[in-house]
Amino acid sequence: MTPLKLVAISAGLSLPSSTRLLADRLTQATRDHLEPGRPVEVRVIELRDLAVDIANNLVTGFPSPALADALRAVTEADGLIAVTPIFTASYSGLFKSFVDVVDNDALTGKPVLIAATGGTARHSLALEHAMRPLFAYLRAIVVPTAVYAAAEDWGSTGDARTGGLAERIGRAAGELAGLMAGRPAGAPPAEEEVIPFEQQLAALRP
Amino acid sequence: MKVMREMQFGIFSVGDVTTDPTTGRTPTEHERIKAIVAIALKAEEVGLDVFATGEHHNPPFVPSSPTTMLGYIAARTEKLILSTATTLITTNDPVKIAEDFAMLQHLAGGRVDLMLGRGNTGPVYPWFGQDIRNGIPLAIENYALLHRLWREDVVDWEGRFRTPLQGFTSTPRPLDGVPPFVWHGSIRSPEIAEQAAYYGDGFFANNIFWPKEHFMRLIALYRQRYAHYGHGTPEQAMVGLGGQVFMRKNSQDAVREFRPYFDNAPVYGHGPSLEEFTEQTPLTVGSPQEVIDKTLTFRESFGDYQRQLFLMDHAGLPLKTVLEQLDILGEEVVPVLRKEFAALRPSQVPDGPTHAALVARRDAAALAGENETPVPTGPAS
Repeated sequence: MTPLKLVAISAGLSLPSSTRLLADRLTQATRDHLEPGRPVEVRVIELRDLAVDIANNLVTGFPSPALADALRAVTEADGLIAVTPIFTASYSGLFKSFVDVVDNDALTGKPVLIAATGGTARHSLALEHAMRPLFAYLRAIVVPTAVYAAAEDWGSTGDARTGGLAERIGRAAGELAGLMAGRPAGAPPAEEEVIPFEQQLAALRP
Repeated sequence: MKVMREMQFGIFSVGDVTTDPTTGRTPTEHERIKAIVAIALKAEEVGLDVFATGEHHNPPFVPSSPTTMLGYIAARTEKLILSTATTLITTNDPVKIAEDFAMLQHLAGGRVDLMLGRGNTGPVYPWFGQDIRNGIPLAIENYALLHRLWREDVVDWEGRFRTPLQGFTSTPRPLDGVPPFVWHGSIRSPEIAEQAAYYGDGFFANNIFWPKEHFMRLIALYRQRYAHYGHGTPEQAMVGLGGQVFMRKNSQDAVREFRPYFDNAPVYGHGPSLEEFTEQTPLTVGSPQEVIDKTLTFRESFGDYQRQLFLMDHAGLPLKTVLEQLDILGEEVVPVLRKEFAALRPSQVPDGPTHAALVARRDAAALAGENETPVPTGPAS
């Protein structure tokens, strides 16, 4: 069976980064939900490694070979996990710059899990107020559970009102896996379509 | 006797007024306009075939009035083909394009063709009363009218974007009854490749700022559709390409001298390094031999083609340097390229377009009792 392609993009900047840690936890949990029924091919893209390429693409209008490869992976993914640190009330500039060079139609109908990290839980709604509308604009299908991991989450098990981080990761991954499992695997990208010229002319007749 | 001019080589100017980053000096508009003329005259002197000017309607660019400039250059040259890169088919009135270029064609003795493009400066559309969202429809409708104005003596016409015409004759009629050759320029739209193929016109891919893979798809599409519309085989389609070079005898000298211009260039400056950009795009900075080698690879990527234009005079390079570059291009690079390309070229591949060849083709077709060419005439009105 053709493996499902699961791609995670991590916009963490430090090494090691908690953003990458969260991305890895989410990809593993998603894989656990799908396998062994559906084999999964996982790729994690660190935007930090592409930071200069992304800036160059903004300036020149075309991606370097390494960035083009990452963009192709995102476009062809059956499921996408997008993880960013929250900076100044929103996703990081690097994360948004990457999304800005993704083709406008690349994420249409694609299952996406959004997640973020931050120093305190006070920024958690940035996922709902910034990340979710961004992917809604790109016509992606964003799973209902968005996962926010504050520094304190890495050392706690939740409280009476909120499940712990592990529980939220499991719920979000289950939602993403559910959407991915329903996709026909390995649909080839559409060929460039030509609108015959007569048709283009006819559309203009007064 | 046939002159061995299978492929045409020339230069195209964007016409930017840019500060020389090494001296901090910015030429005046007057100096830049005079420099562009000097560069065009030099192109003829060193044996190049084509000079093409851009069209812009905003600073820091000067060439807002291409046929005025080309008319002046025509008067001071003998052999040079005068062209554009590009003429805005979206925001210019197609009637005025028909008139201006037919007039230029007469004055220049047929040494005229033009490249049509949509233009990518957003505000130019509203400044000329148009809407950028109609870019493609404007290009299609305006050219359909232009095509008829040059081929039918009296035109009745009604369209979506321009006031209707009743009993209109565009004057002067094209020289010898043969309109200037048209290239359709595009960097990303398959619709324009399709348009060029439909009419059997040329397709110019200004590939200088982007990797080749993108243009390989576009040109392959154009060639395939050119054959689909019955104008010839895919290999007989008329393709033009851009290029951008800076040369010195020693490669290292070229890199050292060009780097400050590259780093501060209007289009790609302050982005990728010169090394990355030369690896990913047609830009070549090095010895004449490196330019020859890189240009010959275009044929492998895009097939045999008809016209090669180099961008030589932008990013604030001083006139003296540009003229030196043209000497190297004309003396050391183009003669070798002509020979090498000709040796590799199958005989059925057409030459670069000239007025004389278009007249001969029309006459041959008339003699054979056929229609002028198998070119569709555009929309019924």
